[in-house]
Amino acid sequence: MATPLRFAFWMRAVEASVLAVAICFSLGATDASARFNNLGHRLMCTCGCAQLLGECNHVGCPESGRERNELTAAIASGLSDQQILDGFAAKYGATVLAAPPTKGFDLVAWIAPFAVFAAALLGTILLIRRWGGLGGKNKATIAGEASVLDPAEQARMERIRRETGSDGGF
Amino acid sequence: MAAFGSFCLLIALALAAYNLLAGALALRLIATGQATRISPERLADTARRAGIAGFVAVSGAAFALIWSVFTNDFSITYILEHSNRALPIPYKFAALWSGQEGSLLLWAWLLGTYGFVLRLRHKTDVKLYAYAGTILAGIQVFFLAVLVWAAPPFALLKGAIPDDGNGLNPLLQYPEMVIHPPMLYLGYVGFSVPFAFALGALMMRYPGEKWIKITRTWTMVTWLFLTCGIFLGMHWAYAVLGWGGYWGWDPVENASFMPWLTGTAFLHSVMMQERKGMMKSWNVWLIFATFLLTLLGTLLTRAGLVSSVHAFAQSSIGTWFVVFMCIVLAVCIFTYVLQRSHLQTEHQLESLVSRESSFLFNNLMLLTACFVILWGTLFPVLSEYVEGSKVTVGAPFYNAVAVPIGLFLLFLTGVGPLLPWRSTSLKAIKRNFVLPTIALWAAVIVCFVAGANPWTGGAFDQGHFYAIVAFALSAAVFTAIVAECLRGAAVIMRQTGRNLFAALWLLTRRNTRRYGGYLVHIGVVIVVVGLAGAAFNKNVESEMGLHSRISVGPYTLEQVGASQDSNLNYDSDYALLDVYKGGKKVFQLAPEKRVYLVSSQPQTMVAIHSTPEWDLYVVYEGQNPDTGQPIIKAFLNPLVGWIWFGLAVIVAGTFIALVPSLTPATAALRIPATRTTPIEPALKGGA
Repeated sequence: MATPLRFAFWMRAVEASVLAVAICFSLGATDASARFNNLGHRLMCTCGCAQLLGECNHVGCPESGRERNELTAAIASGLSDQQILDGFAAKYGATVLAAPPTKGFDLVAWIAPFAVFAAALLGTILLIRRWGGLGGKNKATIAGEASVLDPAEQARMERIRRETGSDGGF
Repeated sequence: MAAFGSFCLLIALALAAYNLLAGALALRLIATGQATRISPERLADTARRAGIAGFVAVSGAAFALIWSVFTNDFSITYILEHSNRALPIPYKFAALWSGQEGSLLLWAWLLGTYGFVLRLRHKTDVKLYAYAGTILAGIQVFFLAVLVWAAPPFALLKGAIPDDGNGLNPLLQYPEMVIHPPMLYLGYVGFSVPFAFALGALMMRYPGEKWIKITRTWTMVTWLFLTCGIFLGMHWAYAVLGWGGYWGWDPVENASFMPWLTGTAFLHSVMMQERKGMMKSWNVWLIFATFLLTLLGTLLTRAGLVSSVHAFAQSSIGTWFVVFMCIVLAVCIFTYVLQRSHLQTEHQLESLVSRESSFLFNNLMLLTACFVILWGTLFPVLSEYVEGSKVTVGAPFYNAVAVPIGLFLLFLTGVGPLLPWRSTSLKAIKRNFVLPTIALWAAVIVCFVAGANPWTGGAFDQGHFYAIVAFALSAAVFTAIVAECLRGAAVIMRQTGRNLFAALWLLTRRNTRRYGGYLVHIGVVIVVVGLAGAAFNKNVESEMGLHSRISVGPYTLEQVGASQDSNLNYDSDYALLDVYKGGKKVFQLAPEKRVYLVSSQPQTMVAIHSTPEWDLYVVYEGQNPDTGQPIIKAFLNPLVGWIWFGLAVIVAGTFIALVPSLTPATAALRIPATRTTPIEPALKGGA
């Protein structure tokens, strides 16, 4: 009985942690300076310096001062973060956003890394399980290769490895 | 000198072509056993000698270009565009890699140098080295062909020769720029060597893993150069660009980081092949991918495929690189398909929780990181192709996607060494993980006590959250590594009676790769701590009249003078700032803004005061045109010094890992004769 109870406890703990993190991430910025700082790091300076608006630092920049004023005014007018970003994108083009939008084709930019990671993780786990399921320690094959080393070949490879002085590393 | 340089390049191209053709023919004859008038071995040796002579010829061309810079030969277009008479001597050398043609010549010369060393060491394994030398010659033919036809460095100026040149890009007139690009290039070019060995070993169906041992040494040296090159680039960006940061996820920065990631993955997974005969196909493809990524990096830097702050060396040689990359990829695929039966795995994983699987997951994360960066770098191009308009993929994207991957990698850095080979038990896991877990939670508590809070200003601060996670994981990983070393040392202390330091020393000497590797991991932990400090950066910007003050963190800056200076190369404005801490003057800083005379380009020279706790980083942004007063921006950047210190530790660890381990027989001589207990298991760390 102890094992299922312990399992349930750990599951609850994991759920609580995930919920806590989700709440953290869903909290929005509340004061104006924090929002300015946050949004300033999600927008680019449009002068061509390739810097974030919040970090553009060159004196005489023809764009960043105006953009900052527009950002301050937009925050003061009560617009939401998304409305402000949409407004900047409509005015200056999509390149003013420091990261691709999460709609249309650009959504692929966000999905692909996680999809590739998930596929690779799944593939790795399946590979390990498959190897593990084959039994004996010298019977492994890799995906797509059906052949197995015979004992003589195995002994020969071991001898070569010994003679070539591999010190094993970690 | 231009004619001499061009002639050298032509000779080098002819020699490389001979090396490639004669080498390939000789190896083919040896493989088929076909009888010919000339012995294939002799033919192969002439090819090798041609490779050595080719190095001399490329060196001649590089010398000719340097000579032309020093003699101000402005009849050569490249010299006119990248140098001038008043350029200081160290930067005259930098002119070699400041432009398209020069940097390609540097690539060819470094490749020639690597090839020269490789060909001199051919007796290690004549046949394998012949394959590798021939493949390197193929790569060299490409670069020399580009230099001869697409980007000639000795092209002569049409029309009247000006009295002075256009000068070196001001961004490059900084001490690090004399060593950062060569380091990076040594890394980029160096990966050609393991690539050549891997492809050659596959072509000849090399028996055993000796080629892995040879390749590993080359890879580690190359990896070290690339690591140093990347960090020097970060320091240059920090000290020169004046935005207070060191990594901007610029496409060219990304281009250098991608082969580093795959090279790091190779250095880890290759241990699986050495110890277990596993992951052979994987390793071969890792090194193929690493080489292709170095070419992609050069393509991104040179072809203007993506917009970058490194726009000083763009041109239209992209097509050459794309064609060459396609050829390389085709050769790799063809060879792999033909010879894949040679890459049979000899063992299998027995448990999901083992050293082997930790290497697999480590590789998985490194390659995912590489994909994310490649994807982010190329997505603007893809988006423009699909939707007709570009998007920006900047820091917010990488922070959201790459930072969690990096933190998970850090976690694996700590976990991997704690897991034994093959499989482990729950009891062993508990025993090994207690201390690191305590350290992790202790670090979290310390962070909160010190005021690091992910909820600042009523909002969730993602940067602070990641920083706390990074500090906590760093503490855990550091504890895990130190505890592992101490466990091994304790066994030796018990069995030999040595003190702790002597035991640690012997432990390291007996398995330099393992403990050198641990030191590299500690270096990485230190770097991560430094990077995490960026979440707590502060800055203040103000126009400063005489005796006006600004404060940032514990420092107060007072303007005590603003002046001007000039020399033959540039004019400069600077401000003198007295810095006070706790009401007491502690030092003075003089941030500067230069305007280079020849190019009329401005350049900031940041004043930095570093302590282990933080950097005070002050930028002279210029003068307010209305008031004439200097505008100063001061940053307080916590823990930046840890990044550079971490690099020093990584370098030290890599050097240790490169030193051959003591053999058991030699080590036994160093143990007092009265002690007869076998210590081998302990010395090998229980592996």
